[in-house]
Amino acid sequence: MAPRSFSRRAVGESTPARLVLVGTALAFLALFVALPVAAVFVQAFDHGVAAYFAAIREPDALAAIRLTLLTAAIAVPLNTVFGVAAAWLMSRYDFPGRNLLVTLVDLPFSVSPVISGLIFILVFGAQGVLGGVLTQLGVKVVFAVPGIVLATTFVTFPFVAREVLPLMESQGSAPEEAALTLGASGWRTFFKVTLPRIRSGLLYGVVLCNARAMGEFGAVSVVSGHIRGETNTLPLHVEILYNEYHFTAAFAVASLLTLLALATLVARRLFGGAGEPP
Amino acid sequence: MSVVVDGLCRRFQRGGPPAVGNVSFSAPDGAITTLLGPSGSGKTTVLRIVAGLEVPDAGSVCVDGRDCTRVPVRERRVGFVFQGYALFPHMSVRENVAFGLEARRVARGETRRRVDELLSLVQLGEFGDRRPSQLSGGQQQRIAFARALATEPRVLLLDEPFGALDARVRVELREWLLRLHEKTHLMTLLVTHDQDEAPEVSQHVVVMHEGRVQQAGAPQELYDRPATPFVASFLGGASALQGRVEGGRAAVAGLHLAVPAGARDGDSFRVFVRPRDVRIAPTTGPSRATNGLVERLLRIGGMARLDVRLPSGEAVAVEVSQIELERLDVHEGEQVNVDLAAAKVFLEDYEI
Repeated sequence: MAPRSFSRRAVGESTPARLVLVGTALAFLALFVALPVAAVFVQAFDHGVAAYFAAIREPDALAAIRLTLLTAAIAVPLNTVFGVAAAWLMSRYDFPGRNLLVTLVDLPFSVSPVISGLIFILVFGAQGVLGGVLTQLGVKVVFAVPGIVLATTFVTFPFVAREVLPLMESQGSAPEEAALTLGASGWRTFFKVTLPRIRSGLLYGVVLCNARAMGEFGAVSVVSGHIRGETNTLPLHVEILYNEYHFTAAFAVASLLTLLALATLVARRLFGGAGEPP
Repeated sequence: MSVVVDGLCRRFQRGGPPAVGNVSFSAPDGAITTLLGPSGSGKTTVLRIVAGLEVPDAGSVCVDGRDCTRVPVRERRVGFVFQGYALFPHMSVRENVAFGLEARRVARGETRRRVDELLSLVQLGEFGDRRPSQLSGGQQQRIAFARALATEPRVLLLDEPFGALDARVRVELREWLLRLHEKTHLMTLLVTHDQDEAPEVSQHVVVMHEGRVQQAGAPQELYDRPATPFVASFLGGASALQGRVEGGRAAVAGLHLAVPAGARDGDSFRVFVRPRDVRIAPTTGPSRATNGLVERLLRIGGMARLDVRLPSGEAVAVEVSQIELERLDVHEGEQVNVDLAAAKVFLEDYEI
């Protein structure tokens, strides 16, 4: 006990100061996190469990769930491969334009999602750069599923690269070089040496990427066209329900997204943000 | 197997100084050759080029008479021991050692047998199931050796293999390396900045400085007959003094030393003298070259190190044994007689 009280006196605050600090933090969390989360579930179950499940089982809601899962199922693997490849390129090679590439990876984070959506309208829309060609080919991108997938992929592409890049940079390439001198092929080196060392960061990046892919509103809202049962993702469906005063249904569907957020937090605890020590 | 390196050049930044500039040497078969030099001298880059981890801008690497400058790393059959060991942290010791064998698709039974054999060779048989992080630095280093030896390399390349270890473990591991070499007679190229390590582990030393080879030869030969001012000052931590040629002799500190051929009167030169080569005596005794003031006296183990200020204002480091010091009865702040007869003389334009 003696060392503990010593350390308290050495680095800690006085008792009143500690109470104020802890109290402020707790009050803030209650107001901005706990209360809204609780409100979602209270509203969702306002008309009973039956109404809750009815809202989720409604055909348009099911279509939104399906589209959201589909979008994530395409965007997340794409960005995982891209993120690892980009991080590997940027951490292992020095080339002209490397810094520009590092900055470009962050672009989707620095641009408002609405602008990101507009970019796709300008490129793929009927009046857009590729609009004429696409119309001739009979391919519909904007206001259709491909547009939603594209916008989501764009908005979520930094997550994996951002998590993996610092890990790869700090770990250095000596073990990979060792593997090569031992006669391992490039693929063997990647799967047996590189991948295990970035595993935790990669998993966390994938979890974050997935959460955002399912929850993205702004960019998707611009390119989707809000066609019920066809181009509505979960967040868009929540908005429509809410605007039409179906509060219970809106919150029931919203609770699914909230559960996703909670699952992400649990995954964060499991994988951690940082990798294993080098 | 011998390694012959010819005219290697490597520049990391366009327009910058070359990390390696026209390096040539040959490492004899069955021996340990040391690349010795201060940090930044390009020795590690040369080693990485020999391994194939780095591609030279110019020059060639021949192993056993065959040019392998363009052969990819994985086909060169070199064993590389990295400075920080570079063990695979997520694998057990056994998996680390087996990695190269598995990569070369050696049969499972044979792999198991080889790993057992290597672990006993490095005296770590009972640690096979541990992770590298659970081992001490010296043990990790021996695992790195075992891993490099597993694939039966033609050449063993060691990058500062004992650099990160404490002094006692370093001495043990050096002896262990020598015994290992006696058993395997594997051609070994070792990079170090430690001038004490080079003569202890190798028969052939290549001294590098600023990307160039300064001198190559047997350790004793380099020590006795340094070819350049750098080698003279680097080996043995020599002090440098300035002087001028007078009457065909190098005049320094009251002494007249022989100068290299071609020296003219008035040429300036530099003299290098190792602390152990300086003779000191009490000023009361028979007069030697010059007197100097003992500014500092440090006892390190059985040795004493003195900083002596000469009348010219230059300082000379002197090392004598404790016994010798007691016999001389010299103390800090006293005058001593200094004899630099063993100094090596280099004309100024000798410097490349």
